[in-house]
Amino acid sequence: MSEVVVSHHDEHHDHGPDKGLARWLFTTNHKDIGTLYLWFSFTMFMIGGVMALIIRTELFQPGLQFVDPAFFNQMTTNHGLIMVFGAIMPAFVGLANWLVPMMVGAPDMALPRMNNLSFWILPFAFAMLISTLFMEGGGPNFGWTFYAPLSTTYAPDTVTFFIFGVHMMGASSIMGSINIIATILNMRAPGMTLMKMPLFVWTWLITAYLLLAVMPVLAGAVTMMLFDIHFGTSFFNAAGGGDPVMFQHIFWFFGHPEVYIMILPAFGIVSQIIPTFARKPLFGYDSMVYATASIAFLSFIVWAHHMFTVGMPLAGQLFFMYATMLIAVPTGVKVFNWAATMWQGSMTFETPMLFAIAFVVLFTIGGFSGLMLAITPADYQYHDTYFVVAHFHYVLVPGALFSIIAAVYYWLPKWCGRMYDESLGKLHFWLSFIGVNVTFFPQHFSGLAGMPRRIPDYALQFADFNMLSSIGAYIFGFSQLIFLYLIIKTIRSGEPATDRVWEGAHGLEWTLPSPAPYHSFTHPPKVTDAEAHS
Amino acid sequence: MTQPAKPKMGKTVAKLCLIVVGMFGFGFALVPLYDMFCEATGLGGRTGGQYTYDPATMQRDASRLVKVNFLTNTNDGMSWDFWSEKGGVRVHPGEVKEVKFFVHNPTKRRMVGQAIPSIVPYSAADFFHKTECFCFSSQVLEPGETLEMPMRFIIDPDLPNNVPTISLSYSLFDVTDMAAGKAATDQG
Repeated sequence: MSEVVVSHHDEHHDHGPDKGLARWLFTTNHKDIGTLYLWFSFTMFMIGGVMALIIRTELFQPGLQFVDPAFFNQMTTNHGLIMVFGAIMPAFVGLANWLVPMMVGAPDMALPRMNNLSFWILPFAFAMLISTLFMEGGGPNFGWTFYAPLSTTYAPDTVTFFIFGVHMMGASSIMGSINIIATILNMRAPGMTLMKMPLFVWTWLITAYLLLAVMPVLAGAVTMMLFDIHFGTSFFNAAGGGDPVMFQHIFWFFGHPEVYIMILPAFGIVSQIIPTFARKPLFGYDSMVYATASIAFLSFIVWAHHMFTVGMPLAGQLFFMYATMLIAVPTGVKVFNWAATMWQGSMTFETPMLFAIAFVVLFTIGGFSGLMLAITPADYQYHDTYFVVAHFHYVLVPGALFSIIAAVYYWLPKWCGRMYDESLGKLHFWLSFIGVNVTFFPQHFSGLAGMPRRIPDYALQFADFNMLSSIGAYIFGFSQLIFLYLIIKTIRSGEPATDRVWEGAHGLEWTLPSPAPYHSFTHPPKVTDAEAHS
Repeated sequence: MTQPAKPKMGKTVAKLCLIVVGMFGFGFALVPLYDMFCEATGLGGRTGGQYTYDPATMQRDASRLVKVNFLTNTNDGMSWDFWSEKGGVRVHPGEVKEVKFFVHNPTKRRMVGQAIPSIVPYSAADFFHKTECFCFSSQVLEPGETLEMPMRFIIDPDLPNNVPTISLSYSLFDVTDMAAGKAATDQG
């Protein structure tokens, strides 16, 4: 039990939110900005989801039936870009905005005006990216990894919009990260030492450092592309002495930490939820922190495992293979700790817990297929097949996305002061769980059998697996409408929630009333209990 | 109150901004670093620039013959013809060998071409020395012109014994526009 003194201060009246649109445009309130981020990412999730369903519809049967192959390429590219930069990342930033100040006992984020800016450039960045789909020549069609020279010499003219879009997303992420680090390092309530912080705060602290380290490298990569395309430089052009392979190195130097940016906050969320519903403190808190830091460090020295087939000396292939396999150690520590937390706990299975347990199981499957891909000689077979697609969707959909959904179910009662409909939540969970597995599990098999990714047509022997995949995708996609309906229903007419919401919930945010007041912890709480984190 | 944290905040933010600027710079620093790394390891089959040596110190190894294959490719969109007089030669390490390459411009315009070499296996790249190569500069060809281009090379006697065959491939790129752009900026 955490005993926290909350000072109720009625001596001065905090002004509430502004009225109308101005509230959202000019807000500097971390809760408003968190809400904006979450709704934005949900919108992007829907747009990226429609693109996924277009892809799955085309792949329902062999042959070309619905879309032009050129448009298919734009769909795979934009689906990836939108889901990574528009859905998953902003959702985590939104959760950080809502939760980090409440969890560390701060009144708001450290830099509230910059917070407003870092959100509001996102809609412009994505409007610019998506608008290219309606332009002459079409949108980006070179895959979300935008390898040169596909994205330079052979790119559609709209690539410049894409480049500036990426610049803006990067600027947004960098500002968001600076804000989160500054909040965590400088605005913790007295007594909230680093090793008492909730794991969600810890994982976000480390993630923010990863973002600061690699988003500028991505900005550099797209800047080089811009120069190659418009100013006659030859960073990636072999004719002028450049090297297209160098693009892949620079991209994955960003790209590999990026995939951990999308999973570390998920580890944090699951580490908050599992102890609550197991009614036990998190097993191995310290080892969780160190494991997260180790994963972050290792993420910088494994990038070339994405490009084993590009031609590398044997020593390089061995180094990147072993370094990659090493990541399984800290990740295994985490999975062990989650299992040990549940061990002999008095567990109940409310919707957030269901999503969290599904996360642990399905993320682990994604981790295992990752280990298979880490084996260099095996990777020569798996490279650019649906096995890779199955692998990264297992870590991103039932991994990152499930953790975000779990977080929304877990904290929604705190945010809006109302309880969601449990049976509707369970229906959403089971449809999502079945849908996601029916979609992505068969892709392991079609990949091992040699089906290439990013291709609108395929050989007949893959027909059954693909039809199954498409059916799963429809189930998964449409069941997210239940989620939307459930959230709206909760906000409008849910049962009032208690302050603690969950019997086993610990942490500063649960000491606030539900819904959390517009201004919280204007006077810092005293963190008196060593168990504040779990 | 939380206000006393403010002066520390400025310091934190300044440090974080420094990381951002540093990493942006690092992204660009990767370009020369990558080049240095590739030169040093022969990665990507890169060969060095013009090789100078002292004939007195270069030992001819008559006991070994190494097969050197030549491949000539024109890049996508390059309309020149590009060929070598021989598909391959056998050579003793330490011996200077000359091979002639030819380019022909069949078009009706003046064009500039640039050949980019690559060696397979990569481990041989450090031991393949060119004393003269058309790839050190670009070629300007008038319409219909054919050019004979000699390439002289020496295989280092230190070439590991497990490399019996070396393949040298040239890709010819059309750099007419790039050369024109460069000339324009030089004049401007």
